[in-house]
Amino acid sequence: MELITFKIILVVTLFAVSLGVAAYSTWGERKVAAILQDRIGPNRAGPFGILQPLADGGKLFFKEGFVPQGADRFLFYVGPALTMFISLITGAVIPWGKSLNIGGNSFYIQVANIDVGVLYLIAMVSIGVYGMMIGGWASNNKYSLIGAIRASSQMISYELAMGLSLLSIILMAGSLDLHFITSSQGEGKIWGFIPADGMNWNIFYQPLAFIIFFVAAMAETNRHPFDLPECESELVNGYMTEYSSMNFGQYMFGEYVNMFISNALIVTLFFGGFNYPGINWVSENWGENIAGTLSIFAMLAKVVFGILVFMWIRWTIPRFRYDQLMHLGWKTLIPLALVNLVITAAVIVFFAH
Amino acid sequence: MKLTNRSKVVSNKEMTFMEKLYLPEIFKGMAITLKHAIAGPKGKVYSYPEVQKPRTKIWRGLHVLKRDEEGRERCTACGLCAVTCPAEAITMTGAERTKDEQHLYREEKYASVYEINMLRCIFCGLCEEACPKSAIYLTDRLVDVETNRGSFIYGKDKLVEKINERIDITERQSELQKKSVK
Repeated sequence: MELITFKIILVVTLFAVSLGVAAYSTWGERKVAAILQDRIGPNRAGPFGILQPLADGGKLFFKEGFVPQGADRFLFYVGPALTMFISLITGAVIPWGKSLNIGGNSFYIQVANIDVGVLYLIAMVSIGVYGMMIGGWASNNKYSLIGAIRASSQMISYELAMGLSLLSIILMAGSLDLHFITSSQGEGKIWGFIPADGMNWNIFYQPLAFIIFFVAAMAETNRHPFDLPECESELVNGYMTEYSSMNFGQYMFGEYVNMFISNALIVTLFFGGFNYPGINWVSENWGENIAGTLSIFAMLAKVVFGILVFMWIRWTIPRFRYDQLMHLGWKTLIPLALVNLVITAAVIVFFAH
Repeated sequence: MKLTNRSKVVSNKEMTFMEKLYLPEIFKGMAITLKHAIAGPKGKVYSYPEVQKPRTKIWRGLHVLKRDEEGRERCTACGLCAVTCPAEAITMTGAERTKDEQHLYREEKYASVYEINMLRCIFCGLCEEACPKSAIYLTDRLVDVETNRGSFIYGKDKLVEKINERIDITERQSELQKKSVK
């Protein structure tokens, strides 16, 4: 098989999977909320409410798309589309599996294996803020604008901590290539002496960076307890006040795709990505394809578990106050990430070489 | 004044170091929600249209106009229920029974029209206390959902109990009523 054919198949699959996961996250969100709150949750559309996302999507499509008077029509439509677009293309650099051998050729299960994968991700995630900002600006509504400014200032304050905590991982791996970072976690022993095949994950070395990155990722995806951009009670509804029908749906969908991709990134960076216990043994004894297929399932299972944890946190913790949020971002997470970075660098300089 | 033992005294004390760390408290909260998730919603949730929440015996719901043990309507259209009704929900018209209607109505006079406006009714239960013939009682049934206001005026067709589906109201009867009703 040609490389380009494989990549196109991979792109289409990834697109479908991202949308599918996002659609079923809305269902999962409601179901998880219900289970945590002693309720039953959606159970009318199909068994266990399985068809609920279809019903919601249909409703969103058939509602009236309303554009407020005096709004910038072009930007008004660009805003949500940009959010959706950005959140979808970030999945391109994440390695979703080890490798598959089709017709004698070995393919990495990764759309774009670029050397600066981490930088690409950070850049794209930062552009995501434009979707909100444009949406708030184009609405011709000062409350939407305030909501958008609030959202963007929140995202900026967390992106710094996110980048700094990422740096310590990059220092350890010595590369910006996500596939390299992942496969380096599948080799060697934990802390140099615990022999566990495929378990040499970064979480065992960088727990502090993980916590910082996790909190920042949650803030980036506007999840609880950092969902200040869409605080219904304080700011009408934030940057998306004026949006209806599928324009609003795109914002909501973009957020859920974002959650999927963020969890994939967390898994890639800290939980060994597609590695699973015994991956090297499997690829030696059972062949490359079985190991590759299992690695895809391992990756997806970890991501789904991460999404469930995000939801679990959302339905447990109340929302932060705005000043507490800023305090946490600027005065706590950034210094912590810096300290962590310095310690990591010192350890690498003194012990690794 | 303390109403329950569950109230907590609010204080402005400084947070301890562990509380300031915030993460342990988050894990505590997550443990609580996980406990609820594992315990499940059993016994706390009723799937409403299929399963109705059990109501107490003295619940005041939809009214019933009782028949006596021979199947005759008890109501004699005296109008005391309408007079005592604070919401003025009850209206009725009296009529005199004829000879061939003796198996239908217990007294010489009966209500040819008996209507309760369910939008006005406040389900206070004064009508059943006022009734000298033990004819009207409130039951554990609910008023149905309707799409127009007119359907909420319940006539005798909905209020009088069916001859084959008698409704047990003994829980609501006072000792005096139980004695006086044969």
